[in-house]
Amino acid sequence: MSEQATANRERRPSRRHFLQAGAAVAGGAALGAAPAALADAATVDNSNLPPNVPEWMKAPGAPMGDQPYGTPSVYEKGVVKNISKTLPQYISASGRTPLQELDGIITPNGLFYERHHGGVPTIDPAQHRLMLHGLVDRPLIFTMDDIRRFPSQSRIHFIECSGNPVYSKPYGKTASDLVGLVSCAEWTGVMLKDVLNEAGLQKEAKWLVAEGADAAAMTRSIPVEKCLDDAMLVYSQNGERLRPQQGYPLRLLLPGFEGNMNIKWLRRLKAVAEPDYTREETSKYTDLMPDGTAREFTFTMEAKSIILRPSGGQKLSGSGFHEISGIAWSGRGKIKRVEVSLDDGKSWQVARLQEPVLTRALTRFRLPWQWDGTPAVIQSRAIDETDYVQPTLAELLAVRGVNHFYHNNAIWPWRITANGEVSNALA
Amino acid sequence: MRWRRSHVALLAAVIGGLGVAAQAEERFHIGRAATPAEIKGWDIDIGHDGSNLPPGSGSVERGRVVFSEQCAACHGADGQGGVGDRLAGGQGTLASAKPVRTVGSYWPYAPTLFDYIRRAMPQNAPQSLSDEDVYAVSAYILHLNGLVPPDAVLDANRLAAIKMPNRESFVPDPRPDVR
Repeated sequence: MSEQATANRERRPSRRHFLQAGAAVAGGAALGAAPAALADAATVDNSNLPPNVPEWMKAPGAPMGDQPYGTPSVYEKGVVKNISKTLPQYISASGRTPLQELDGIITPNGLFYERHHGGVPTIDPAQHRLMLHGLVDRPLIFTMDDIRRFPSQSRIHFIECSGNPVYSKPYGKTASDLVGLVSCAEWTGVMLKDVLNEAGLQKEAKWLVAEGADAAAMTRSIPVEKCLDDAMLVYSQNGERLRPQQGYPLRLLLPGFEGNMNIKWLRRLKAVAEPDYTREETSKYTDLMPDGTAREFTFTMEAKSIILRPSGGQKLSGSGFHEISGIAWSGRGKIKRVEVSLDDGKSWQVARLQEPVLTRALTRFRLPWQWDGTPAVIQSRAIDETDYVQPTLAELLAVRGVNHFYHNNAIWPWRITANGEVSNALA
Repeated sequence: MRWRRSHVALLAAVIGGLGVAAQAEERFHIGRAATPAEIKGWDIDIGHDGSNLPPGSGSVERGRVVFSEQCAACHGADGQGGVGDRLAGGQGTLASAKPVRTVGSYWPYAPTLFDYIRRAMPQNAPQSLSDEDVYAVSAYILHLNGLVPPDAVLDANRLAAIKMPNRESFVPDPRPDVR
C-alpha cells in the first residue's frame, strides 16, 4: 500500500504537467494507475508514508458483512464500462470493456462488454424455458433445472462483437474505444450436441435458428456443424450465474463466431433445412463491399491483437524500462505467435506468450522494453495456428473499403511522443 | 438396436460401478415433450421463402395509418429515418461512397419484414401488433420503396412472391481474403 502511495507521489510532477497542458488527452492516466487513484494522488500527504505508520493501520477496518457481494476498491471507481454519452438511443446499443485497465485474460463479469438489441430483460429462471423443435424426432422443452442435469463443461473463450471497430473514421482514442467490444470468460454449461441428441436431429437439419427471450427476440441461423462441434449452452460465467447483460439464465456460446450469434436469454432452437435470413443476418451483420455486393454469414472473428500497455490516453512516466503488454485472439483457434514492432513497422520481434494459450481465448503477450525517450510508434500483430497473419488497416481497406463495417481486425499502432504521451497513430 | 445399445451401456456402467452418463449417441431422457400448441405459440419464425406466414392480409392504405401511429416517431413519416433506421430509398447507392441501406435498397427477402416487425417492433411494445397490421405495415414500407402499388393488399402468398431488388447481391464469406 505504501509503495503505491510512493509511486503516486513520484508521479505528481507529471500529473501537474498533464493538467497544465490543458488535458490534451482527457481521461488519460499515467501508466499503471487508474484515473481514480491518480486523482487521489494529489491529496496524499506524507503522514501515511515512511517513516510514519499509515492511518489504516491504526483502527479496525470495515467489519465482515460490510459488502455481502464484494465490489472493487473505492480507488478503482474509474474502472467502468466505456459507454458513449452521445448514442442516439440506449435500448439497442453497446458498452465496451476498459481493456487497458485490466490484466490477464479473464474479463471481470461486471466489465464484460455488452451489446443488446432490445434492452436487458429481467428473467425469472423458474419461468424460463428452452424449446427445441423443427426437424427433430422429439420436440422438447427444458427447464433450467433440466439443462443443469446434463454433463457440464467449463471452457475459457472470448466473445467479440463483429464491429470492433468499424473501418471509417473517426477512430477511437483508447484501446477500449477501438477494440473494447471483446471480452473473455470461463463459461460453464453443457455441450449443445448433447442437448440436440436428446431431441434427435433429422438428417435434413442443416441449420439451427436460435432465438432470445428479449424484446428484440434476437434471432440468428447457426450452421449445424458448429452446433455439433464446440457450441455450448452456458449458464455460468467466471464461476457465478450469467449476468443479465450476458443472457441470464441461458446463453448460446459459439466459440470464435461473431458476438451477436451467441444468442443471450436463449429460449428456442429450431432445426431447419435452410437459414431463415433473419433481419440480423441480412439487413445487419452483412459486409458491404466496394462493388455493392455484400458478404453474408461471415461468422468467424479473424486473428487480432492490441497493445494495452502503453496505449492511447496513457502517459509513460519517463525513459527507461517499460513492459509492453497486450492481448491477442483468433476465432480460428490458438494464437501461435505475437510480434511487436517498436519502430513503426520496420522490424518485428517475438513477444512472450503467457500460459495458458487456449483455443479461441484471449492470450496475453508481453515484451520488455527500454525506452530511450525518443518518439516511437509501437504495434503488435497476431499469427494464429492456421498461420493467418493479422493485416494492416491499409491492407483491409484496399480489399474491403470503408463501408464494410464489420470484421475489422487491423493492426493498431500507438504513437508515443518524447514526453511520453500515447495516442492513436492512425487517428 | 437403440434399445439394445442402451442396455449394453447400462450394464457396462453397473459393472464398472460408476454412475456414468450414457455414450454420446445415447439419451439422458432429460426434458419433456413440447406440444404442438406450445410450439405454435412460440414459433414466430418466418422463412425467407414465406414459410410459416400466418393467415390474414393487410393493405398499404391501412399500413399508412398504423405506420403513422406506431412507427413514424422513430423512422420518420415517410420512412426516411430518425432514431430508428431509414427504411426507404437508397436504391442504386450500394456501390457508392455513401451507400444507403434500406429495406428497398438492401434487404434480400420481403418475408423478413413481416418476421422482424412482428417479433421486435414497435420497440416499446414488440409482438403487440395484430398479424393483419403487420401485413399492412409491411405493405406500406414496400410501397414507400416503390415495390408495391398504392392499392396493394398483401397476404402470405403475395408477400412471398415479391422479388427484392438486391436479392442477388449477397455473396458467401470468402475469408481469409486479406493476408
